[in-house]
Amino acid sequence: MVVKSVIEAVREAIREEMERDPKVFVMGEDVGVRGGVFLATQGMSEEFGADRVIDTPLAEASIMGIALGAAFRGMRPIPEVQFSDFVWPSINQLIGEAARACYGTNGAVQVPMVIRIPYGGGIRGGLFHSQNVETHFFHTPGLKVVAPATPYDAKGLLKSAIRDNNPVVFLEHKKTYRLVRGEVPDQEYTLPIGKADIKRPGSNITVVSYGLTLHYCLEAAEELASQGVDVEVVDLRTLTPLDTETILESVKKTGKLAIVHEDNVTGGVGAEIAALVAGQAFEYLDGPISRICGPDVPTMPFAQTLEDAYMPTADKIADGLRKLAAY
Amino acid sequence: MPRKRTTGTEVNGKDAPSNRPLPEGLKAADLVDYYTRMVQARTLDERIWALNRQGKVPISASSQGHEAAELGSLLAAEKDGNYFMFPYYRDLALKVAAGLTPVQVMMSFMGKAGDPYSNGRQFPLQGADLPHNIIQISNVVAAGLTQAVGYAMGCRMLGADTVVLVYFGDGATSQGETHEAMNFAAIHKLPVIFICENNRYAISTPQSSQMVVEEVASRAAGYGFPGFTVDGMDLIQCYEATREAIVHARAQGPVLLEMMVERFMSHTTDDDDRRYRPEGEVERARERDPVTTLCQTLIEEGILTQDQADEIAAEALRATDEATDIADASTPPDESNLLDSVYGP
Repeated sequence: MVVKSVIEAVREAIREEMERDPKVFVMGEDVGVRGGVFLATQGMSEEFGADRVIDTPLAEASIMGIALGAAFRGMRPIPEVQFSDFVWPSINQLIGEAARACYGTNGAVQVPMVIRIPYGGGIRGGLFHSQNVETHFFHTPGLKVVAPATPYDAKGLLKSAIRDNNPVVFLEHKKTYRLVRGEVPDQEYTLPIGKADIKRPGSNITVVSYGLTLHYCLEAAEELASQGVDVEVVDLRTLTPLDTETILESVKKTGKLAIVHEDNVTGGVGAEIAALVAGQAFEYLDGPISRICGPDVPTMPFAQTLEDAYMPTADKIADGLRKLAAY
Repeated sequence: MPRKRTTGTEVNGKDAPSNRPLPEGLKAADLVDYYTRMVQARTLDERIWALNRQGKVPISASSQGHEAAELGSLLAAEKDGNYFMFPYYRDLALKVAAGLTPVQVMMSFMGKAGDPYSNGRQFPLQGADLPHNIIQISNVVAAGLTQAVGYAMGCRMLGADTVVLVYFGDGATSQGETHEAMNFAAIHKLPVIFICENNRYAISTPQSSQMVVEEVASRAAGYGFPGFTVDGMDLIQCYEATREAIVHARAQGPVLLEMMVERFMSHTTDDDDRRYRPEGEVERARERDPVTTLCQTLIEEGILTQDQADEIAAEALRATDEATDIADASTPPDESNLLDSVYGP
């Protein structure tokens, strides 16, 4: 196996699927000759041609609506939203239309589309290049939502998403693109959508996370291990459908639950997991369900001090876990 | 190309139908067929409105006054044979004429199991009727425009020579997505025909409060493709315009057709247009009723006799009565259907 970055894994997944299936194509802002602002589609315009790697006008509503229309015809479009912060002009086509197309036609219409969205902060992106947008899609039946944290998961899940017959919102944390590296098999593989992964087994506390903060959770778990607390770290990998089984099994084993995400705390993914566990594993809990999440401000600010204050870091997570361990 | 350029058009012009030969590609039987479909659509439309007042149909957006535009363009598409359509919520006549049975129509309006568009999940005749080349996911205005453009692009990628017709009202031209759809279609020279059924009202808001330009068709110039305004009360003119637009679309890319129509009824069964339309406006518009106009033309041309016209009307009424009874006695979707098809297989 070769060590690769998240962005390299994403690029490989797209290229392999485009080679495998002529119905797969990419469209978005600067995805062609430029290869995407993060270079996710680098070299693909030359390899597959401008007809399958389509540079669009800077107009997100039409990127989403046109991709959706092509999916209605049986194509497998991969529209790229350049930054998560720019997804809002397209939101009617995504939440209003794509998510409802199958249900609204009693199953007659399918939407085999993957919406790739680089998201998240910690990169001095300010209010409009840092947003966490996942909760809006997590709340929407009809969409699948995938948020991998490692190169291995990103590649295997993106390939599965492209082969799925439903609209899949594929969230790639920008800060992981080059920061996070890991082994990726040379041979073909896919990973199932809807399966969480226990990234670190433990017996005292369950920590559930996804994306960038998953790595901070692993750091915090190491710190607590040196203090005699054995933390199990569950990587959701997929937000919808949520792997409730893995979460519940872990909490039943450890008796304590913390949820960590960069997104705002209120009404976030963590709130739903807290409700799940309170409802279905109440008698196993021996401490309060804890959430270590972004505060309720409209995205992390630009100034370094304010951005640092926003981010759930390994230190903040470790503090939270120590308090929980004390119960 | 159709009729005239957007300036100085012969909108509502007195291009006496009795003086013109049958348009290219049409037989007398086609016109009788389409007149029959138009009468059936109108009869159903009127009955549906009455059923709403009886509490049996929750909502309807009537297409009365729009029938010539909807069926004229459909006729051209059907004659061509390789087409797909993205209609909007006022295309009742189009959707009926595209091939549904009166029973299917009534099932949809009463929200019964067997509604061909959505099995009772959506407003009537909304969702998809794939056997008749129709998708309409929502009634968010202009949402279908970008989807139609994408559908056309998908067809091209798969090597299919399909022409896509997308329908919308004058109100939808104010949406940003209308601009985005037309611009993208123009860049890629996609075979899309944008059909604006302009009845000059966005629910209650008149055209003068929606735009400064006189003609929606003039907007096409901004995208570098042709736009035409035609009399949407004249089936033959709408057929000819669409037929020529199809030829153009395949060869050179998108066309905007603005079909000037009249809205005979309120916006929906929940609206009362007496609150915002000038007195007498609808009555004057009804003097140019597209159904009676086509009937007169066919009789004057010797294509149809009055007796035959009476038979067509009687049969439409009989089929409507029968469909009403069958749908009324039918069962609604089972509650177990609620959780189905949130996701595809």
